[in-house]
Amino acid sequence: MSDFTSGFWPIYISLITLVSIVGTWIFLKMQTTRKLAPGEKPELIEHTWDEDLQDLNNPLPRWWLGLFYSTLVFALVYLALWPGLGNYAGLLGWTSKGEYEAEVKAAEAKFQPVYAGFMKQDIASLAANPEAHAIGRNLFLTYCSQCHGSDAAGAAGFPNLTDHDWLYGGDPDTIKATITDGRNGVMPAMGEALGSDGTKQVANYVLSLSGRPHDLALAEAGKQKFADNCAACHMPDGTGMAALGAPNLTDKVWLYGGSEAAIIETIAKGRNGVMPAAAQTLGTTSNRDAKLHLLAAYVYGLSQKQ
Amino acid sequence: MEATTYNYKVVRQFAIMTVVWGIVGMLVGLILAAQLIWPDLTFGIEWLSYGRLRPLHTNAVIFAFGGSGLFAVSYYIVQRTCQTRLWAEPLAAFTFWGWTAVIVLAAITLPMGYTSSKEYAELEWPIDILITLVWVAYALVFFGTIVKRKTKHIYVSNWFFGAYILTIALLHLVNSAELPVSLTKSYSAYAGVQDAMVQWWYGHNAVGFFLTTAFLGMMYYFIPKQAGRPIYSYRLSIVHFWSLNFIYMWAGPHHLQYTALPDWAQSLGMVFSLMLLAPSWGGMMNGIMTLSGAWYKLRTDPILKFLVTALSFYGMSTFEGPMMSIKTVNALSHYTEWTIGHVHSGALGWVAMITIGSMYYLIPRLFGRESMYSTKLIEWHFWLSTIGVVLYIASMWIAGVAQGLMWRAANADGTLTYSFAQVLNTMYPFYGIRLLGGALFFGGMLMMAWNVFKTVAQGRVVNDAPIPQAVHA
Repeated sequence: MSDFTSGFWPIYISLITLVSIVGTWIFLKMQTTRKLAPGEKPELIEHTWDEDLQDLNNPLPRWWLGLFYSTLVFALVYLALWPGLGNYAGLLGWTSKGEYEAEVKAAEAKFQPVYAGFMKQDIASLAANPEAHAIGRNLFLTYCSQCHGSDAAGAAGFPNLTDHDWLYGGDPDTIKATITDGRNGVMPAMGEALGSDGTKQVANYVLSLSGRPHDLALAEAGKQKFADNCAACHMPDGTGMAALGAPNLTDKVWLYGGSEAAIIETIAKGRNGVMPAAAQTLGTTSNRDAKLHLLAAYVYGLSQKQ
Repeated sequence: MEATTYNYKVVRQFAIMTVVWGIVGMLVGLILAAQLIWPDLTFGIEWLSYGRLRPLHTNAVIFAFGGSGLFAVSYYIVQRTCQTRLWAEPLAAFTFWGWTAVIVLAAITLPMGYTSSKEYAELEWPIDILITLVWVAYALVFFGTIVKRKTKHIYVSNWFFGAYILTIALLHLVNSAELPVSLTKSYSAYAGVQDAMVQWWYGHNAVGFFLTTAFLGMMYYFIPKQAGRPIYSYRLSIVHFWSLNFIYMWAGPHHLQYTALPDWAQSLGMVFSLMLLAPSWGGMMNGIMTLSGAWYKLRTDPILKFLVTALSFYGMSTFEGPMMSIKTVNALSHYTEWTIGHVHSGALGWVAMITIGSMYYLIPRLFGRESMYSTKLIEWHFWLSTIGVVLYIASMWIAGVAQGLMWRAANADGTLTYSFAQVLNTMYPFYGIRLLGGALFFGGMLMMAWNVFKTVAQGRVVNDAPIPQAVHA
């Protein structure tokens, strides 16, 4: 065990613990006086405070002493069986790490047969399998719904997974890659480069790409600025680039909001969208690879419906 | 020149602020309970958000309401049971203004988001220094008064106050050791699991010494006074005083079961928590048995009802605590609403009710009246509080157990049966019942404020309470 920095501390802890428990026992013994005889009155001690505050001196209640002693006995038995006295391991040899590892192992063995079959099927056919769908849905609710919502419809900053619109691509393998390794959707802040007028102009040009109401003159002024500063990722026609996760600006889907103010904020301050890698968040849970497979199938299935 | 009267001024200041801070702290709690049902309640204003109001609530009820109550009663009791005026009165006045300044600074900095991020010790380093100064002054005044006492023996309440003052000083200094990087930001001197262990050594003993030991000191004065009976057992008070204080110090690791804390420390935290049961109950026994021969008074005296009901909740939560420290129970209860219920059965049922009862005894005496303006209102306050606490803790028990069971429920394929949102959805009715319970308790506090206002308005400021010249044996 590496819990201790030297051989002194485990001995110190064991000693002080045992002395404390035994010492408490001796203290109780010393303070135990004889029970009152039937009808005998307890002593009234000869001291008085603040006019009328006095003490009787009843002996310690026997049931209370019994309760106290039994917790001391429990403590000694427990510390003999389980770790507690420094680096003494306890007669049962229990450790929290051991208990955890045994539970994981048991889970692996129990659920392995459930999951083994799923790995053999491809994502598209799993998406149509009701059993896989049920497991995938539970996994989604556990690991994904916090951001994407219980219905997978997303929220501001968190993509809707049911709308057939994909930042990185919606084919089964890409979805699985997104889930497994995560994504970092970085839009750099352009506010300083464009200035506040330039930002407003580019925002109006972006609005024009999807045919939203915009100021014609501003949009015209923003066109060249878009080509110079934005087209590298969003492409000259604004249709985006899946390899970078740069959104298509010509459709009706707006991850961070499609109002002029929201677009200006996006351009000026940039955006930093993080999808965590489920390979990590699922950690060492049993059957992790099959779970990633099932999650991918569930998410793929969401966009295959009408 | 020997003083012939007691110093009631500082007692009176703290007593009035106890009522004020009680209302403020509980109002913030009520807002938080409502936010859990209606998250947009405060219109997304950042300094009214849950994360910032929550430490404000805990600091306000523990240190502003509870702390002011403890200052008031400890100054009152130490003078009367030592039969002498407070020592170093300018320092006592400083503790009032200093402590009040700490509270006001907390009420400003916590909503602004300044926090050391240590639970129940969120205040940043300049405020930590002010707390230290106030506390040193408090210790000087308290122990100085003990030293110049006229009575031969030290009354039991003062043992408990002494233990609380010394231990809180130790806890505050060790846990708040931090490295300032600016006026408003510091970092803890500890890192990783050591930081967690120091934090919960502090956190648990803040519960132990601030909210238990100190309020037992309150109980040991007001119950025998109000019941007009001698304390049941001097011997029991000695045995449970030493065992409670000694064993409490060990129990902190039970807040870190199943974490990175080494197994041996978790085990020690658990067994010492179980050993804490009998010492805790010793205080309850001694208080309740003091009523032998005076039980009939409970029927007609709402102040005694407050004090005795507080002891019942104390007994209940000090049974619940050791049970929750058992690893297998903790595996279910930890991180659930059950913990919130447990805390409030202690905070509302024990701390608040013993304080309220004590204030109803104390305030008329500080303002030259036989009793409070309305005994009927105290009776109403008692029933509102009791029903409020019961609704609060029962709803949180059910919610907590349901939450724990839903979190661990698994399907045949190993996936979780319930999502986070589904569990949250199950909580809503219980959050509603909790809000109702809290609102009832808060309503009682408003009645108290009215009652105190009328008592003060019809009373007179007492600065001439005479110190008896004859000293008892």
